[in-house]
Amino acid sequence: MRTGYSSSLKFLFLSILLGNISLFISNSFAFQSDELLADDEEFGIEGGRSPDAAFPTRTVSSPPSIRKRSSDLGSDLDSKIQFPLEHAFGDSDFAPAGSFSARLKTWSHGGQTLTKLRFSRNGLSETEKENFKKLLEGDDFYRIRVPSNVLSPPGREYIISSVKARCLPRDGLDEHFMIHMEGVNILAVNYGSPGSCPYPRQFKIPAKWSFKSHTVLKNSEQAPRTPVFTEEVVGENAEGELPPPERSFWAKYWMYLIPLGLIVMNAITQAMNMAEEPGNGQPGAQTQQAVAGAQRGQTAAVRRR
Amino acid sequence: MNMAIRVFLLVLIIFSSICPALCIYEDQVGHMDWHQQYIGKVKHAVFHTQKAARKRVIVSTEENVVASLDLRRGEIFWRHVLGPNDVIDAIDIALGKYVITLSSGGTILRSWNLPDGQMMWESILSGATPSNSLLSIPANLKIGKDDVVFVYGSGCLYAVASIDGEVIWKKELTSEGGNIQQLIYPDGTDIIYAVVLVGLAQFDAYQINVKTGELLKHSSMVFPAGFSGDLSFITSDIAVTLDTTGSVLVAVHFQGGAISFHQTHVSELDRDFSGAAVMLPTKLPGMFALEINKSIVFIKVTNEGKLEVVDTFGRSTAVTESLYLSEGQQAFGLVQQGDGEIILTVKRGDDWKSNLLQETIQMDYQRGIAHKVFVNTYARTDRSNGFRVLIVMEDHSLFLLQQGEIVWSREDGLASVTDVIASELPVEKDGVSVAKVEHNLFEWLKGHLLKLKGTLMIATPDDIAAIQKMRLQSSEKSKMTRDHNGFRKLLIVLTRAGKLFALHTGDGRIMWSLLLDSLRKSETCQNPRGLSLHQWQDPHHHVLDENPSVLVVGRCDHSTDSPGVLSIVDTYTGQERNRMGPAHSITRVIPLPFTDSVEQRLHLLLDVNLQARLYPRTTEALDIFLRELGNIYWYSADVDKGILKGHAVQKNCILEIADSYCFNTRDLWSIVLPSESEKIIATVTRDLNEAVHTQAKVTSDQEVMYKYISKNLLFLATVSPKAVGPTGSVTPEESWLVVYVIDTVTGRILHHMTHHGSQGPVQAVFSENWVVYHYFNLKAHRYEMSVIEIYDQSRLDNKDILKLLLGKHNLTSPITAYSRPEVITKSQSYFFTHSVKTLAVTSTAKGITSKQLLLGTIGDQVLALDKRFLDPRRTINPTQAEKEEGIIPLTDSLPIIPQSYVTHALKVEGLRGITTVPAKLESTTLVFAYGVDLFFTRLAPSRTYDSLTEDFSYALLLITIVGLVIAIFVTWVWSEKKELQEKWR
Repeated sequence: MRTGYSSSLKFLFLSILLGNISLFISNSFAFQSDELLADDEEFGIEGGRSPDAAFPTRTVSSPPSIRKRSSDLGSDLDSKIQFPLEHAFGDSDFAPAGSFSARLKTWSHGGQTLTKLRFSRNGLSETEKENFKKLLEGDDFYRIRVPSNVLSPPGREYIISSVKARCLPRDGLDEHFMIHMEGVNILAVNYGSPGSCPYPRQFKIPAKWSFKSHTVLKNSEQAPRTPVFTEEVVGENAEGELPPPERSFWAKYWMYLIPLGLIVMNAITQAMNMAEEPGNGQPGAQTQQAVAGAQRGQTAAVRRR
Repeated sequence: MNMAIRVFLLVLIIFSSICPALCIYEDQVGHMDWHQQYIGKVKHAVFHTQKAARKRVIVSTEENVVASLDLRRGEIFWRHVLGPNDVIDAIDIALGKYVITLSSGGTILRSWNLPDGQMMWESILSGATPSNSLLSIPANLKIGKDDVVFVYGSGCLYAVASIDGEVIWKKELTSEGGNIQQLIYPDGTDIIYAVVLVGLAQFDAYQINVKTGELLKHSSMVFPAGFSGDLSFITSDIAVTLDTTGSVLVAVHFQGGAISFHQTHVSELDRDFSGAAVMLPTKLPGMFALEINKSIVFIKVTNEGKLEVVDTFGRSTAVTESLYLSEGQQAFGLVQQGDGEIILTVKRGDDWKSNLLQETIQMDYQRGIAHKVFVNTYARTDRSNGFRVLIVMEDHSLFLLQQGEIVWSREDGLASVTDVIASELPVEKDGVSVAKVEHNLFEWLKGHLLKLKGTLMIATPDDIAAIQKMRLQSSEKSKMTRDHNGFRKLLIVLTRAGKLFALHTGDGRIMWSLLLDSLRKSETCQNPRGLSLHQWQDPHHHVLDENPSVLVVGRCDHSTDSPGVLSIVDTYTGQERNRMGPAHSITRVIPLPFTDSVEQRLHLLLDVNLQARLYPRTTEALDIFLRELGNIYWYSADVDKGILKGHAVQKNCILEIADSYCFNTRDLWSIVLPSESEKIIATVTRDLNEAVHTQAKVTSDQEVMYKYISKNLLFLATVSPKAVGPTGSVTPEESWLVVYVIDTVTGRILHHMTHHGSQGPVQAVFSENWVVYHYFNLKAHRYEMSVIEIYDQSRLDNKDILKLLLGKHNLTSPITAYSRPEVITKSQSYFFTHSVKTLAVTSTAKGITSKQLLLGTIGDQVLALDKRFLDPRRTINPTQAEKEEGIIPLTDSLPIIPQSYVTHALKVEGLRGITTVPAKLESTTLVFAYGVDLFFTRLAPSRTYDSLTEDFSYALLLITIVGLVIAIFVTWVWSEKKELQEKWR
């Protein structure tokens, strides 16, 4: 279940949109975008089941140098493979929508991974545009699917992913693929728009009926190893902990100091009272009973005598 | 004034000397927790009454418990919970002082000392072929010097010395693992007869030398029509069974090694017979029982081998095994069901007409029918035979009947709790004062004086006992109304017997119980079982006069496509309000976050055909549902295929009868795990009712981290297919554990991580933005716990206070699953000593209090572990600022602090689950752990910062205040006087 709220900050939305547009403005092809996986496999850990890779590259210019480097390493076992992307409008049947092409890299320890993923999308036909418009009107799902095994498509089953059609239109149609791989198996495809898509989705017909696609390949991460401390480190650690944080005198003994201060103050006031009492008694009496007048003062004087 | 200050100081000293209660003291045990011990539904019972000062009954149960019960009061003398896979097959008493148990399909034989339950010996009887098992202890048989126990299991017959468990001889009877029916040992001979059914058609009789195990004679005969199952032994050489059609009775004579079959058609005995008869497992002298046409027919076998119908009873009649009386006669008991009563009859084996005993006992309708009866005899004062009967009822409760009365009863249904839900108690109304009027003022004062003495530590032991008693008896905690702190609640538990119990959290007593008719065996529902409990109606705003209710979901059989049953039960009165079914199958129940005008929660029930059905079936609910139709998503996990799918509601389903509450679903996404490398072993989601106080977490360097909080997160753990087996069955190289965090609306994988060389079983708990899981690390040979925390990066630019003031932040922008989340995850792993049975987390009303993990350890205890120990930001040497934030220096293993055992010294035997319920008081959470035992307590993970402790002496405070006021007045008067004197000087 999904919770959606109804207000959005247009400022942010716009900024994201602008950012996206500026990023991909150089893309000359209408519905073709290239995505390459940076060849960091050279640095892959030997014995690791699947090296980390999550590098969305958005430029077309970078590949040659990387390709050279990889060919230097002599990965002759690399082979090119292709697998299709299919889409469906609402509950319609799936139809071809484009294809992914990639290099299959075979590792010395037998593992196979995909690199250099490229995606080319077919143009939308008129009927497909009509269907897409219907989806936009009905706020329905645009669904895609890819085979779960790239070597023997469709593998066990298709990987399906879907998005509300209204999330896609920006200037053209922006889409974002994140493909989670495990060897030559596709685990999942996260499909959606690159930006946000808050709940009351606005009905908007795209200006250009062309897709801007971004694809990212992602492999499993290695879990961090549990830290194993040697005795030494533990010892150091313990030593480091040994001196307890020095607290100030006041912080330690405030609870004794406050009552002590009170007592001292009390004593001082008392002492002052005692000292001043002989001299003070009369004026105090006078001020207090100023209304009583001199008559009383006289009587006091009389009594003193 | 100085006098006043002195008094104030004195009071200050007194107050500071009162030790604040930080953890439980010995005398506080049982003050806010309770522990109840159960044994489960009794399978076998053996009485031990002869020559024993303490009369007892030894029982074995379906929870794999072997226990010795006090026959006078029903208390447990001792009890042992065997493992969940160690099913007890048989129990008996050997040598008059050892309890012998046979378990695990006849492979483990154990002996326990009768008085104290200590294990004397254990023998593993391994065999190749699985078969049924049998335990037989002949009364006077010695091989050499040893008394023997005969055990059949795994196709082999063993003679075991009962004194030390030594196997004297072993004889393999069948290689195909035939099912043994009976071991017959005629007294004083050297031959033991074993009767075995191989397959369903071959009848084998063996004669074996008792002393050596030598096979003397083996005769075998095939019955072409096939047997339908069990044999009933009439005498030592005649057995009766049915053929596969259930319509022909076959009497097998196997005297002296010659086997012969005699067939009798059931319709010859019962003219109205149709369908199939069922042989009932009985051990009665000279007769057997058949279930024909929903009634039980007792058939006697005459000496000439003829069959004769003796009597016919209703279906709900339970029969005991026969019992030898002192005069060499046999007797047996019969329990029939009446209306709100049961009729107990004890008859003599040779004389059906006369009864030794007939009694009628009132029995609550909620107990259902009698399932099992065990009879025992004793000598009355007039030297005649008296009978006591142990009855196991449909709700798994246990009763001892004697002289027409219930001597004691045990609620052993509570040993098999399947689901728990908490419910509020009614509000205390002005007119109805439930609370007892406080005694009189004098008693009240005396009580507080005692408490005062206790706090000042001048109380005598007697006083302390009195204080303890007062505490336990304080009606405050067991009142029947809601309290201010929300400590008093009802725990509604569903048991395997299909009975609902409402337990009071104050002292664990049963407020009401209800045997649900929908979960009772019936024509339409042969094998019903309860699945889950859901909050159906939880009125708290405008419909306070409505009673809350729960939805009980059940299923008619074990398979997921069997029809489902629903019941709605009022939690105040314990009455069933509504009942549905058996109807469509139920694979999943999804509580929706919507309620109708009477605060009934909308539920979506999914069936095997992936159709979703809306409940309650009202037009109002339908309107609400249709409005929110586009925002309802769920996922399903196919564990066998390794496929996860996301679904949404589509439109009304097309059925023969139009049903506007039924909807078709469609797949939105799928995740296919490669079957050769991954297998799902655990899926965990967040608790939908969990409260999260804040989304932001301020770190020590004044940075803000935003938690990624979504109710739609799923934690999934998979292991390599080879690593599915038990620990140690794979090498670290071919075993790995992969964990995923998945958004279930879009199917996005937010986090994906592999632990190499690790293995299940995985226990996990998901709360707020973190998940903690427990698994085994094969490389380090230790258990590990890992934490994953998920933080939202897209909100990171909200740190600017100016922006916040100007409203230029996206904190109030709606959260949608359709935008690509920018999340970062932090993860860390630690070693942990224990293996864990279950994991839970504390939950509080507002989510402010810090959390504790509750680990159900292998020792059946509950251990509380601060979440701070599982913080991925822990480093070896935290900075001063980090220390101030509460980050603990990183250690490689998690500490187990003995004081943090929630169950202190107690054990929750057979621990299966831990449920936490928030109290109204923010600091406190209620914890209920269930297994064979039940345990309840209150926890305050950050201590009770928002309330005074319960033993806070209000009287002392009052006295102090009064004293202070007096002192102020006295000193005021004094100082006035003094001043006056000064003036007059």
